[in-house]
Amino acid sequence: MNGAHDLGGMHGLGPITREPNEPVFHAEWERRAFALTLAMGAHRRWTIDRSRFAREDRHPVDYLASSYYELWTKALERLATEEQFLAPGEIEAGRSLAPPPAHTKAPLAAADVAPMLARGTRHDRPVAAAPRFAPGDAVRVKVAASPLHTRAPRYCGGRKGTIHAGNGGYVFPDANAAGKGEGPQHLYTVRFAARELWGDAAAANDSVFIDLWESYLEPAR
Amino acid sequence: MSGAHSHDHDHDHDPPIAARVKALEAVLTEKGLVDPRALDALIDTYEHKVGPRNGARVVAKAWREPEFKTWLMRDATAAIASLGFTGRQGEHMRVVENTAAVHNLVVCTLCSCYPWPVLGLPPVWYKAAPYRSRAVMDPRGVLREFGVTLPDSIEVRVWDSTAELRYLVLPMRPAGTERWNEDRLASIVTRDAMIGVALCDAGRAA
Repeated sequence: MNGAHDLGGMHGLGPITREPNEPVFHAEWERRAFALTLAMGAHRRWTIDRSRFAREDRHPVDYLASSYYELWTKALERLATEEQFLAPGEIEAGRSLAPPPAHTKAPLAAADVAPMLARGTRHDRPVAAAPRFAPGDAVRVKVAASPLHTRAPRYCGGRKGTIHAGNGGYVFPDANAAGKGEGPQHLYTVRFAARELWGDAAAANDSVFIDLWESYLEPAR
Repeated sequence: MSGAHSHDHDHDHDPPIAARVKALEAVLTEKGLVDPRALDALIDTYEHKVGPRNGARVVAKAWREPEFKTWLMRDATAAIASLGFTGRQGEHMRVVENTAAVHNLVVCTLCSCYPWPVLGLPPVWYKAAPYRSRAVMDPRGVLREFGVTLPDSIEVRVWDSTAELRYLVLPMRPAGTERWNEDRLASIVTRDAMIGVALCDAGRAA
């Protein structure tokens, strides 16, 4: 979807505000919201792609007016509700009003935090088909208007670039976020001349590199 | 409250979101879905254990050891793992090298993708709309805002982290540091230099 999260190339969003000696978190609730999100993710009832969609799939005014961890919290509430970890009215009541769902497993234990983080979650996958594109190939990003999750930013839609690198197969976020399975595809790093994206005002020798899945691309001349 | 949004809300009062998160934790804990001690451990990890000092070790070692640098450029994930930095949001690492001819800048226009094992959690400005909107469109203007003015002759490469590849900039090693040991070199490698919005400066050595 081309929601308010799809920010590349938007004007009018103001100066970059930096904070000297910025703390990792700015309030206790941010700490808890961050940790709750990771701990609930450990139940493995949703993927990172579905999480991203839950954060971005909201009214642009809501997205832009929410701080970062507010967005995380809203997404966590939505995902937990969809998976019946959270029942309507429970946040307002501040207590459990319904038992946890039958699929509930043991919560993430403190002792498992370090191993879980060190392990991470790999997203590369074997893809049987040979890559359609090779480094140096000219490609164009297809114009798409899906209202669902995608990782093709709108600013490169219809633009022509060159394959910089093939990265092998990766989980395809558009399918995975929609619950259609991982559908892995070849992932490419595509180089775009800054002037192809932004016109003559951009510097002649600058470029933008974007990681794009095979089905986002078509051959170009 | 996050600095990026302090201009459009008044957060002097305890915001409603704080109560909401508290209630959410209470409900999920009561249901046995989260263990508060695990939450504490998660917070402690990113407040105290993982941060840009890790990335600075990687850079300092690459500056001193050509073989490590070659490995880092070829297989960043494995080279970085050899220093003990692995896992969440760093599963698939790429390192891009600044040279006398090329300057690299990393952004995630769609969300906040960032290499956690080597840099920790991202600063607010990296996650906020002004940087995400302009880094791809006007990188030289963004760099000027960070106090970095690049001559036109230097090529700027912006890396938009749209997939699960995570980018780390290998900054240029400042002149005059040829005899420095790894600790001293690491002390001049900042988070911002590894995102690509700053240069390393020998004058700030520890």
